[in-house]
Amino acid sequence: MFNFALGPDTALMRAHAAGYLWLGILFSSVLSLGESFRIESENLSLDGLKLAPADARAIFIGKALGNTLMLWLLSLVLLPVTIALFDVKVTLGIPALIGILLIGSLAISAPGTVYAAIASNARARDVLLPLLLFPILIPALLGCVKASALIFEGDPMNQLASWIRLLVAFNVVYWALGFILFPRVIEDD
Amino acid sequence: MANEVAIDIRDVSKRYGPRWALARLSYSLPVGRSLLLTGHNGSGKTTLLRMIATASFPTAGTLQVLGKDSRTDREAIRHQVALLSHASFLYEDLTAAQNLIVLGRLMGLEDPARDSAALLDRVGLSARTDNPVRQFSAGMRKRVAIARLLLKAPALALLDEPFGELDPAGIAQMEGLIAELKAKGTTLVLATHMVEQGIRLTETRLPSGAPGPGSTR
Amino acid sequence: MPHETPLVFLLVVVGLIGVHLFVPKTRGWVWKVVAGIGVVMFAIQPYFALVWAPPEREMGEVYRIIYMHVPQVWMALLALTINAVCSFAYLMKKSWVTDSLAEASAEVGVYFGIVGVTLGAIWAKPTWGVYWDWDPRLTTAAILIVIYTGYLALRGFVEDPEKRATWSAVMGIIAFVDVPILWYSVQWWNSLHQTQSSPKTVDPQMVMVLRWSATAFLCLLFVFIWHRYLAAKETRMKEVALPEALPPARPEAA
Repeated sequence: MFNFALGPDTALMRAHAAGYLWLGILFSSVLSLGESFRIESENLSLDGLKLAPADARAIFIGKALGNTLMLWLLSLVLLPVTIALFDVKVTLGIPALIGILLIGSLAISAPGTVYAAIASNARARDVLLPLLLFPILIPALLGCVKASALIFEGDPMNQLASWIRLLVAFNVVYWALGFILFPRVIEDD
Repeated sequence: MANEVAIDIRDVSKRYGPRWALARLSYSLPVGRSLLLTGHNGSGKTTLLRMIATASFPTAGTLQVLGKDSRTDREAIRHQVALLSHASFLYEDLTAAQNLIVLGRLMGLEDPARDSAALLDRVGLSARTDNPVRQFSAGMRKRVAIARLLLKAPALALLDEPFGELDPAGIAQMEGLIAELKAKGTTLVLATHMVEQGIRLTETRLPSGAPGPGSTR
Repeated sequence: MPHETPLVFLLVVVGLIGVHLFVPKTRGWVWKVVAGIGVVMFAIQPYFALVWAPPEREMGEVYRIIYMHVPQVWMALLALTINAVCSFAYLMKKSWVTDSLAEASAEVGVYFGIVGVTLGAIWAKPTWGVYWDWDPRLTTAAILIVIYTGYLALRGFVEDPEKRATWSAVMGIIAFVDVPILWYSVQWWNSLHQTQSSPKTVDPQMVMVLRWSATAFLCLLFVFIWHRYLAAKETRMKEVALPEALPPARPEAA
């Protein structure tokens, strides 16, 4: 889709392949995050879960890990497609890239789960989720795109480690925040 | 036993958005008794049941369930209370058995698969245990939901329109299940439009949404 | 103007705001005094900013927009900090005061942010040659405005007062925590392909005028937030008023 919007310049597209890959993952994440709470609101299953009783923090961890897995699998499907379509070389090897895809999926899922829980209960949920989530995710997106691009093109100046540190920090902060704040989102008091 | 209070409602009001669903209700129900809630649609029956189940909380006033404050001690209450609500709490893509097993695992049952199968058999669904709930009719969902409630073996059972969407045979069966719960000493709160069955199953009646003058507690 | 004058004004204004906050009896009139000080300071401010302060060495006269641009961005950041504190306080203890104040500060903060960033873009045109440059400050500020616009949209989309308050408090905290990460990541992303230098040697007269302007804007910020808060609080009280007229329901034996 992106190459139709931007025109067929192979060299340019190869340079931006990491960006396309992550935009693809980001847009899909809205769908999968929304779906993960749609199934909960269908028969108010989330209430059933809460009253079972299941600890709300455990529900967060479960939901967020489930979303991470979904996104990671999806990104593993998108990865060969990206490599083939944009004709990129993976200089630093596929395993490193798979690692970044995992860290990125984790980074999207933690705040994504909190916001999806909020949006699923509000009016205009389909508009609200990307509106709330995307700007918050910009640091993670930057980190993922930069790190992936470095893995594609090689890392002569050793910048990769610092971007990974940024992503790890983002993950630590938002998984902790989600763990603390999620119960307040789903408890009806 | 007779003096223990199962539900103690004190001056409870509940607001949903800009609308008051329940205003200044006070009532108390002893352990082991059963209560019938009647009243027209929108009179606050569901609201009250959801609050007793700690799915939501009073906007004003205090609510104690089995001697514990509903807001601060919700975890303990949830272990002992079960709610059969309009929404079935079921996952559409899981089978009837899987839905019950999930709950059984959360409760830490030893063999959730066996218990679930036994209960689904009792509600007459043994032939359909491995079908996803998505394929079920409304009446069948109700049966799975009551099986789900029975799995919890609650000290206090809250039943919101248990007879809704059931066929005559189902209604008779539901009546039997409720009577059985009662016989086991379960405290019951029943909200229904089917007053005839309701009165047969309960001892006390609380018509909501039609406030009379003065207060009796 | 003696060197300390702007700081004295700043202290007086901060003191008055303190009195307003901690002595509820004074809330009827203190804000009027602050507003008065603000009006006077704004009346003199153009003289200081346009005439009294010396021109900048490289940018010449154009830089004078700094006296409007920078204080407004500061005020926006201050307002968003208030929002975060209120969000945290609300989650600790439910209160319509902190919820209303969170709403007021976010809205005023977004307003100051938009004006501040627009002024920044206007300033960028003659100095950098373009309205928009992916400078870390501008970028971070723009993303923050989007985040807090989303916050206000969420408040608008949720009708239930309790849910609105809780969810927006959660979002307020998540958004505020994002600020340093965002700033760091954008700066880093940017530094890899260009460097932006800003002169750190500033004339003391410029500092004084900047402080003067900031104090004037602080008066404005305070009055804005206070009145927006009163409006929010009133709406909230209407939403949550108990129906005192209704008598208690009466149980009957069946």
